[in-house]
Amino acid sequence: MPEFIDGNEAIARGAIDAGCDFFAGYPITPATSILLHLARELPKTGGIVLQGEDEIASMGFCIGAAMSGKRVMTATSGPGISLYSENIGFAIMGEVPMVIVDVQRMGPSTGAATTGAQGDIQFLRWGTSGGYPVIVLAPTTVEECYTLTLRAFDLSERFRVPVFLATDKETSLTKTMANIPPQDAPQVRERATAPAGEDFVPYRLENLSQVPAMSPFGGPHTLRFTTSSHDEEAYLTKDEQAIDRLNRHLAAKIEEHVEEISHVKADLQKGAETLLVSYGITARAMVEAGNRARKAGKRVSMLTVYSLWPIPGKAIRQAMDGVKRVVVAELNLGQYRREIQSLASDRQEVIGVHRVDGKLISPSQILKEGGLA
Amino acid sequence: MTTFKMDTYLNEEKMPYPFCPGCGHHTILDSLNEALVKLQLDPQEVVIVTDIGCTGLSDKYFVTNAFHGLHGRSVTYATGIKMARPELTVIVLIGDGGCGIGGHHLLNAARRNIGVNVFVFNNFNYGMTGGEHSITSPLDSVTTTTRYGHIERPLDLCATADISGANFVARASSFDKDLPDIVAKVIQHEGFSLLDIWELCTAYYVPNNRFGRKDIEATLESLNLEKGVLKADDRPEFSHLYRERVAGGEGEKKVTPPTKLKPRYENSLGRQKSFLIAGAAGTKIGSAGTLFSQGGILAGLHATQRNDYPVTIKTRHSIAEVILSREEIYFTGVEKPDVMFVLFPEGLNKSRDRIARLTEDDLLVINANLPKVETKAKTWALDFKPIRRWGRKKEYWALMAIAAYLREYGTYPLDALIEAINLKPQYAKDNLAAVEASVELG
Repeated sequence: MPEFIDGNEAIARGAIDAGCDFFAGYPITPATSILLHLARELPKTGGIVLQGEDEIASMGFCIGAAMSGKRVMTATSGPGISLYSENIGFAIMGEVPMVIVDVQRMGPSTGAATTGAQGDIQFLRWGTSGGYPVIVLAPTTVEECYTLTLRAFDLSERFRVPVFLATDKETSLTKTMANIPPQDAPQVRERATAPAGEDFVPYRLENLSQVPAMSPFGGPHTLRFTTSSHDEEAYLTKDEQAIDRLNRHLAAKIEEHVEEISHVKADLQKGAETLLVSYGITARAMVEAGNRARKAGKRVSMLTVYSLWPIPGKAIRQAMDGVKRVVVAELNLGQYRREIQSLASDRQEVIGVHRVDGKLISPSQILKEGGLA
Repeated sequence: MTTFKMDTYLNEEKMPYPFCPGCGHHTILDSLNEALVKLQLDPQEVVIVTDIGCTGLSDKYFVTNAFHGLHGRSVTYATGIKMARPELTVIVLIGDGGCGIGGHHLLNAARRNIGVNVFVFNNFNYGMTGGEHSITSPLDSVTTTTRYGHIERPLDLCATADISGANFVARASSFDKDLPDIVAKVIQHEGFSLLDIWELCTAYYVPNNRFGRKDIEATLESLNLEKGVLKADDRPEFSHLYRERVAGGEGEKKVTPPTKLKPRYENSLGRQKSFLIAGAAGTKIGSAGTLFSQGGILAGLHATQRNDYPVTIKTRHSIAEVILSREEIYFTGVEKPDVMFVLFPEGLNKSRDRIARLTEDDLLVINANLPKVETKAKTWALDFKPIRRWGRKKEYWALMAIAAYLREYGTYPLDALIEAINLKPQYAKDNLAAVEASVELG
């Protein structure tokens, strides 16, 4: 049955339904209402919510709790992601399952707190030292805020990696009619844990893309856990082979499973010369633009990208196949366009539709600048 | 329950320690081991959280759980562990460097009184990176970044922890014979505890300052600082208090049920329409927009609502954009509204550009007492002033204008709006009375 709620409420409820039992965060517009909702509701389910003294502490609490068996989430905006950076690297290195919500706002720096943007798309992927992969999902509707939160928790358990939910002020704070839970709500898997009574080696791998099972602090095994380069027993090491194997594993476990993570919606039209590509809030304007163009008798294909990182290259290439022009619409100056450009052939023209004044990209702007007006 | 007898908590396979000859870390870790042997804690119930620097190498030499984290953040990880598993003993090993970079976390952990035991390996400089000064380097000391003598005063870690609210505070030197006993006391005390252990860094601080064992005592004396237990309080420990007061208590409570909207009214909307309600802070513009939208959903429509107001929410404009449609709404922005409700000067000022874009097909519903505006749109002026009681209550004008609009122009029946109002019984009485009074606007 319908409700009238915003994206942040859908994210918070998605977290509760995903079995999240630990949340820590620091207030920041436009992400605060996730913290407020969970501070009110999560303790009712026995869950813990902490407001950290800052973003760094909040991430630290989350990592400590995740390694003690909790299913954790935090939420912030761009300036908070800056402060999360060192601990994001830690969560990658230690292979910590966690969900990080980034309700994007206008940058750079403190920018404009109450103004939406999609300026963190490369930052989320590359914003920590070493450059190892993470997963980034971007919802376009309130219902998707709910379903992709569930999906983010599931992927974080599957791959033991921080999974970002990249939303924005508009998706998070615009109320819309929504059915929660929608019929297609994904399942969230249980954490893979090492069986009691057997020897536990925290980072033992049979192959590089394998994801090792966990064992929590206070559980049946003694656990070692470290932010430093380590061997399979989690002892700090300078052994070149061990370090090489670990680092390649951190990349391989994501990159060899791109198809499993890949999530797009392709609405392709035979004979279309133009493909519209977008994500997040701007994908909604793109769909409206595409529908208008079709009503006007034009043939046009549309691609909404939900899994921004790792790049769903195969699905994007399939959608691009045969078109002359690819139009990428986003609330930044071309952060995802450069990824699309790298997938295009020499004969394909890639056009960016951008806006960085805080206003939404409208369907008419996409039609005009995309050559469909 | 497992019974065990631990003769040592040291990881003999990994010994010896990697520290420089004469470094105080040897004695401190030996004392920690002795304390653990004395307390006979289950090693699986103990987590040693280490910070960065030479101290950060320590966890490897124990058979307990180990967590080696980022510089200065050890207390935050320890807090997460203790919150998740209050039954565990969570020990933090940190240097004076970590206390500098993570000072904020130290203050707040003490203030919360989270049950972690912090042992500070305080050797007055950064021993791993090259002997730079730290927050505890004494005045006039020579370090690799204070070649001409240190002119910043040192931080008293114990006094800082004490005044921040720590339950247990003590100071010792690594040369103290009773160090294992005091370490055991720290571990046994509930709540946040800190032991500041003064020691020698033989790689840098000792040669740079001709500093020795006796100088530790002399420095303490010159600063008028005492050793031993400085504070032993019994404030309730945070992770237990949280379970008692906030979550995890007896009996599970239900989360607040969502407000479901069952469509059961007709609507007469043709194409998609967008509405802009322009008001002032504190005039319930957002709430009116939500009720209008919910009424639409109850009448089988799709709805979206975007609000715009300054960060200082009790000042200036408040604007709600509502879109109603028979089909799914993709683009939630409003380039040009079809209907504008302009109720207050703040909203008028903020929405002049949109008024200018209105065409003859559009409608401007405007408070009759606002200055006249030029527009191509059809104008409907509403005068709230003559309405007794409700006409004086500005915070109901938006809802009254919407009700009047629904009566005059349709879209969906007023009953749908009334049902939306009744969804929040605590506000329903006044909202319903305002809707009733709005008849006089027509």
